[in-house]
Amino acid sequence: VSSLANTAGRLVADGLLVDVDGAVHLLASRCADCAAVTFPAQPSCPRCAGDLVEPHVLARRGTLWTYTIQGFPPKTPYLAVEASFRPFGVGYVDLDGEVLVESRLVADDLASLRIGMAMELVLEPFHRDQSGEDIVTFAFAPDAGTPDGGQR
Amino acid sequence: VNDVAIIGIGMHPFGRTEGVSGRAQGAFAARAALRDAGIGWRDVQFAVGGSYEGGNADALVADLGLTGIEFVNVLNGCATGGSALAVADRAIRSGAYDVGMAIGFDKHPPGAFNADPSEYGLADWYGETGMMVTTQFFGAKIQRYLHDHDIDPSVLAKIAAKNYRNGARNPNAWRRSPMSEEQIASSAMLSDPLTKYMFCSPSEGGVALVLCRADVATRYTDRPVYLRASVMRTRIYGTFEVFAPSLAPERADGPTVQAARAAFEAAGIGPDEIQVAQVQDTEAGAELMHMAETGLCAHGEQEKLIEEGATEIEGRLPINTDGGCIANGEPIGASGLRQVHECVLQLRGGAGERQVPGEPRVAFTHVYGAPGVSACTVLTC
Repeated sequence: VSSLANTAGRLVADGLLVDVDGAVHLLASRCADCAAVTFPAQPSCPRCAGDLVEPHVLARRGTLWTYTIQGFPPKTPYLAVEASFRPFGVGYVDLDGEVLVESRLVADDLASLRIGMAMELVLEPFHRDQSGEDIVTFAFAPDAGTPDGGQR
Repeated sequence: VNDVAIIGIGMHPFGRTEGVSGRAQGAFAARAALRDAGIGWRDVQFAVGGSYEGGNADALVADLGLTGIEFVNVLNGCATGGSALAVADRAIRSGAYDVGMAIGFDKHPPGAFNADPSEYGLADWYGETGMMVTTQFFGAKIQRYLHDHDIDPSVLAKIAAKNYRNGARNPNAWRRSPMSEEQIASSAMLSDPLTKYMFCSPSEGGVALVLCRADVATRYTDRPVYLRASVMRTRIYGTFEVFAPSLAPERADGPTVQAARAAFEAAGIGPDEIQVAQVQDTEAGAELMHMAETGLCAHGEQEKLIEEGATEIEGRLPINTDGGCIANGEPIGASGLRQVHECVLQLRGGAGERQVPGEPRVAFTHVYGAPGVSACTVLTC
């Protein structure tokens, strides 16, 4: 199971992820008035415009709602703009019906991605900076799937 | 409340024009529109303009004449031209002015836009991790749409091929060579299921429209086109848009649906009455989805319409008769106004080789852009 504690490198940004019981989760915000969930966390609610929001930990597993494959190197501000390019997946993962999160997708074979497939949160070192340090972001990968919720 | 007429149109050809700035292309379009209306810049009482990368639109006063008029700059992503027109429309409709100009121009470097996350209220990490790419949205949206409506992806190459064919009949278009469905389908896969030649590219160009109070339009022209509605909308909660790090679990109707519905309602004209339409074809899938989102057809009906040739210039619902964004490229400031320029030509019967037969009298335009904006018009003659 991916966790911040056992992952080397530097997170691309603070405030996106949190370890809970040894497993990494995305950190969202939830409106105290209307329960709308938003990722990344924001200080007001886009549904009811209320400003009473609280931190909310998202599920680690979900289903792929839609996807594409990024087939050409993005321009700046993409950090890995100088590196040799390999296509990567991008899509939306439905997390427990609370929110659909946009994410990079990693898979041994990107052509195997399908709408509706089970996905789980992983940490992806997607870029190595000039000092040799890995820059890490969240991603979703096809769920290796175990009955105990992925506690391998 | 006054009605609004379009009495002059002007355009700098779209594409790549080395050594000519975006602003100069805007000035070229403005002069052409003034000539078409038979008036001078001194007769223009106000202007609304937009440009994303060509400088502030109101800098045009240095080229056209320092007459001291109100000149408002607008910026709404790919809907900038449509927004400029909606603001200009309201200035005349309200009675504030009698004669004005809506104008847009741009000059973009080649390749996909590299948008700055901070301009869209997003944090740096979104762009740094490679997600600030508009093409991803269009790939992901059409992927889901084809799945939901059980549409064969081969229809995407058919749409693009139609727009290249139409562009070949348009002297102002950028891409003027027809391209086979096979060439389109087998070009580089940019954002699955969309290939290189299914996408439009950022380009250059300028378009200007001269508007006036409808009741005085025949002083200027014997062929006025009436702007029956010009509406711009942003997204509501629950829609699926460009540059969205997360989405609500329930889906709502997007800004295209909202803007089109409001435009048809304001015009008192139904989508079934439209005889020629220009809809946002950032890529072939966008044309497919926008056909239904605007109300021109039902969801899932597109494949049949395309198969039977309904969206061709000679069909019963001609779409993107000037080649659309796919054949013209997309200078953001000018793109929405290009669509109106094309519809005015079609309603005047002046579209030359690509004229829709049967003297169309009712037209529709639609733009869509980041981060979830749309503008629509309904035009009659």
